[in-house]
Amino acid sequence: MINKIVQSMADAMAGIKDGATVLLAGFGSVGQPNALIDGLIEHGAKDLTVAANNAGNGHVGLARLMELGRVRKIICSFPRSSDPVVFETLYKAGKIELEIVPQGTIAERIRAAGAGVPQFFTATGVGTKMAVGKEHREIDGRMYIREDALHGDVGLVEAWEADRWGNLTYKLAGRNFNPIVAMASNLTIVQTQHVRDLGEIHPDHVHTPGIFVNRVLHIPYGDPGGF
Amino acid sequence: MADFTPFNRVQMAQNAAADIPEGWYVNLGIGIPTLVADHVPLDREVIFHSENGILGMGPAPAKENIEPWLINAGKQYITLRDGGSICHHADSFAMIRGGHLDLCVLGAFQVADNGDIANWATSDNDTAPAVGGAMDLAAGAKRLWVIMDHTTKSGEAKLVTKCSYPLTAQTCVKRVYTNLATLDVTDRGFVVLGMAPGLTLENLQARTEAKLHLPA
Repeated sequence: MINKIVQSMADAMAGIKDGATVLLAGFGSVGQPNALIDGLIEHGAKDLTVAANNAGNGHVGLARLMELGRVRKIICSFPRSSDPVVFETLYKAGKIELEIVPQGTIAERIRAAGAGVPQFFTATGVGTKMAVGKEHREIDGRMYIREDALHGDVGLVEAWEADRWGNLTYKLAGRNFNPIVAMASNLTIVQTQHVRDLGEIHPDHVHTPGIFVNRVLHIPYGDPGGF
Repeated sequence: MADFTPFNRVQMAQNAAADIPEGWYVNLGIGIPTLVADHVPLDREVIFHSENGILGMGPAPAKENIEPWLINAGKQYITLRDGGSICHHADSFAMIRGGHLDLCVLGAFQVADNGDIANWATSDNDTAPAVGGAMDLAAGAKRLWVIMDHTTKSGEAKLVTKCSYPLTAQTCVKRVYTNLATLDVTDRGFVVLGMAPGLTLENLQARTEAKLHLPA
């Protein structure tokens, strides 16, 4: 019997290695796997590369992980947020590496990794600082730059519903980066608000098929709040 | 002093809103562009997109009707209109990068008369530069309009011959709505479509670095 549902945070985090690349879903605090980030802090892995849309708020979650010195590099589109104090302090002190990526490019790099596409060309960023040092190619009269797939050793996801095969649904704007992070990661770990019996999620309503999911932890986290 | 009345923020948004026809799919940036949606009547069906997978965004909710799982890219609570839909981030940016949006309206620091736009960083060594979806929107939408003040607070021109700030994208701005004028970006450069009441072309040119043209 396949059962991807794990019973403890320690089981969910087992095997995450120092130096791992972690893809972190969520946009604002909606659909963000806050409990799993706390689990990663507890787990203790360090020298991490973290890809996420933002670079953390206040002193909790991703910001806490950075404040503890566990993050070597952050890949994101918008490091400024309502309260980016930890990131800005580390960045100014030269204690964290930043790779800034346009939001659509980071999304497509993650999607491409999940789809087995190692590289692609995009018009986004042509003629800007983002294009410096990148391969350029003119295709049908328009200039493009090459971008590379962004794989995760680990992907952290928040779902609305999950079953023991790892089929997932998301709620409203909680979908955001979650489906592509699940696709692009070697070890996809999910915290879910609800656990459903196999067959209870209608096949037409599955957003992420279980093939992309490795572990599911039931965390009835409640509504998001605080951006 | 010149005797003219600049457009205020609401009028700038109204000027842009009046030019959006029914049926367009539109993404609005933060700041004054966000106000544009308030001036498109609901019976003129314009479908608003937000980068975090929202299509068919409606007006802001009343406080008692907030849905905590429904925000836009500016992280404000929103509503969905009937017919609205949700998708994931890569599909949402496929709408942008795949050329499916009819229009994107952004704010800007500078626009050049060849259509270059600078709107994400004010220096090359900005602390923690943040680009978000601006480069995708500018390069990907079928047309890009900009809403911004005509000059900086200290009076420096923002309509220029060459952007001095880091570029967001090249040659993509089609129209600019400022507090002083509405201008098209054409092969000839900026063409003045309209001006704030009482303003003369001479006065407008004095506040514009790039050369202004009248419609042919």
